[in-house]
Amino acid sequence: MSGYFGSYGVVLALFVIGVAIVAGALSVNRLLRPHRPTPEKLLTYECGIDPVGADWAQSQIRYYVFTYLYVVFAVDAVFLFPWATVFAAPGFGMTTLVEMFVFLGFIALGILYAWRKRVLAWT
Amino acid sequence: MAGVLDAAVRLVGIIAVFLVLPLVAGQTEHKVMAHMQARLGPMYAGGFHGWAQLIADGVKFVQKEDVIPAAADRRVFALAPGVALIPYLVVMAVIPVGPGLVGVDLDVGLFFVLAVMGVGVLGSIMAGWSSGNKYSVLGGMRSAAQLMSYELPLVLAASSVAMAAGTLSLPGIVEAWQWWWLPWQAIGAVIFFVAGLAELRRPPFDMPIADSEIIMGPLTEYAGIRFALFMLAEYAGIIVVSALTAVLFLGGWHGPLLPGPVWMLIKVFALVFVVIWLRVSFPRLREDQLQKLAWVGLVPLALIQLALTGVVKVLAG
Repeated sequence: MSGYFGSYGVVLALFVIGVAIVAGALSVNRLLRPHRPTPEKLLTYECGIDPVGADWAQSQIRYYVFTYLYVVFAVDAVFLFPWATVFAAPGFGMTTLVEMFVFLGFIALGILYAWRKRVLAWT
Repeated sequence: MAGVLDAAVRLVGIIAVFLVLPLVAGQTEHKVMAHMQARLGPMYAGGFHGWAQLIADGVKFVQKEDVIPAAADRRVFALAPGVALIPYLVVMAVIPVGPGLVGVDLDVGLFFVLAVMGVGVLGSIMAGWSSGNKYSVLGGMRSAAQLMSYELPLVLAASSVAMAAGTLSLPGIVEAWQWWWLPWQAIGAVIFFVAGLAELRRPPFDMPIADSEIIMGPLTEYAGIRFALFMLAEYAGIIVVSALTAVLFLGGWHGPLLPGPVWMLIKVFALVFVVIWLRVSFPRLREDQLQKLAWVGLVPLALIQLALTGVVKVLAG
């Protein structure tokens, strides 16, 4: 329980306790519940009548472009965190401020480009 | 030895908060919604103000049959509620409730919180994909899309606070907090809270579980205790998002007269009330409106907030 990774001991312990809570709830349920499966019960629920078609349906995922946008911007945003803690430290000042506006400019340009390409609207 | 004992006491405290506050939030939601919408149902069980409803729900959930549909991917289906719930418990380890009253003061606390909270949404995606139900898949995909869109404004708003405080440690942020941060970080606060709600898929951002359209989205096939765990995850999420908004933007334990933890509790429950209030007052956003709000509204606003934070910090400091 010492050193840099020692502080993560509490986090690890909490994770283990969380797993225990979920497992405990499920095993209490196992002791108390009835178990009478019927084919009707195990059918996929759609609206009360028999399901139509198979469970693997084809559908168009219209918002996959947002995933690309997210990956691009989130990678940028991660770099903000180490920078955020030191940017106002003595000796940085105006230089980092100008750098910040360059950074924001790039992100804003990216969003503007996506908007002009009309990928932010429903297609 | 003393260190282990100290950690054990903190863990017991976190577990108590985790097991009590989400239920209180759920109970509050019952009653507040009942009053706002003149509902009779939630006010009936047990007599006075329907106090026994929560207990009745718990008793019912715990003895219901565990039905896993034949078409489902059993292992992933069974794991999903745990994946949805446990991250919110782990996040509570780093949220400070008073000076020195925190599970563990990580020096990358803010980063840790954002990373772990993202995992919670995976539970919903797993549930959607493994149910073997088309409506569940649609709901799971919508959950994924919502996570993608709202994670960015959430991260940008949070990093604005990190810039202001010059640290990523959550207790450090609260210690650095001054009252004039309220107007300075106001845009960021609204963005963080709204994006947090969207990540919890709470109304008006509940398109993934839109019950009048895709039944119950990823939760369609769930019943009994597994469904209850998903519900618990939702309420634990409300507590976590409210507590984080209070810690980052509302000064956490700062406040006159009353002791710090009491102020923290007041702020958290004021925000929980707002969460419930929003659910009652707003209609559900359509999927395209939802995406548009994030990319055209929140992200540019978050960039403006970053610029404002940077300029004020460098010129004033």
